[in-house]
Amino acid sequence: MKRPEPVQNVKHRRDTALRALVQGVPYAQFLGIVFERHGDELTAVLPFDERLIGNPILPALHGGGIASFLEVTAIIELSWAMLWDDLETGAITAEALAEKLPRLPKTIDFTVDYLRTGLPRDAYARARVNRSGRRYASVHVEAWQDNRARLFAQATGHFLMPQ
Amino acid sequence: MPSFDPQAFINALPFAAALNMRLEEIGAGRATISMPWDARFVGDPATGVIHGGAVSALMDTCGGAAVMSMPGGMATATIDLRIDYMRAATPGQRITARAECYHATRNVAFVRATAHDEETGTPVATASGAFTFDRKDPAP
Repeated sequence: MKRPEPVQNVKHRRDTALRALVQGVPYAQFLGIVFERHGDELTAVLPFDERLIGNPILPALHGGGIASFLEVTAIIELSWAMLWDDLETGAITAEALAEKLPRLPKTIDFTVDYLRTGLPRDAYARARVNRSGRRYASVHVEAWQDNRARLFAQATGHFLMPQ
Repeated sequence: MPSFDPQAFINALPFAAALNMRLEEIGAGRATISMPWDARFVGDPATGVIHGGAVSALMDTCGGAAVMSMPGGMATATIDLRIDYMRAATPGQRITARAECYHATRNVAFVRATAHDEETGTPVATASGAFTFDRKDPAP
């Protein structure tokens, strides 16, 4: 039996690839979105910033900022899922990925459901790829703040896979 | 009646200001808001195309502005918004969204919107959504 790969190699490869992917999207950097990883599971974090406010009187996060957070999360999750196998088998190295990113999926449509007011604090999101075919993918995203069970927004989007 | 300052409207919405949005026109349930191309708003550096999320933010702001400009309209919040992306926005070009509140009940306002870059023809995106509405009936 082949010896398992040293854990630090595995972590380094996955973290390098994820960093390359996220840093390759300027708009994700502009919003300050970071991704936490446990195995292949990603959690997007949107740290609170005054710039994200849409209603200063309440105050509440801007709906457009929330939509942006969800769409960034969906595209990163879908790209991550698309790259995962090649990354694990070594067909693509994390270094090659950092050098040149693959083409990303393109949004066909995106529907956001605003469930509660976005509070002036950090927000979290996780996306689930419900279907990913050769050409099209369907992704669902859930976002919350204080309680994982109390979503403040959710979205479904369809994407065209890079050919 | 005090004169309406379009820049003050945007500045009151920090996220719209952060995206350098500009209010072009507003009134009677219609609004036009534009956003310049900016390298920081790009979704895929290989193409230089603006991220869909930034277009969503523009559409959402424009839809909300259209609702607020309805007779008896007040502050509003988005209930849901669907965006269809027809084509990639041309890098370097300003994107202009036009939203129309085509119906409002006592509690809900219905909006549709389109976004164009500087080329005429097929829009970059279209949107439709529902917003909260709290009609203030005119005083007797």
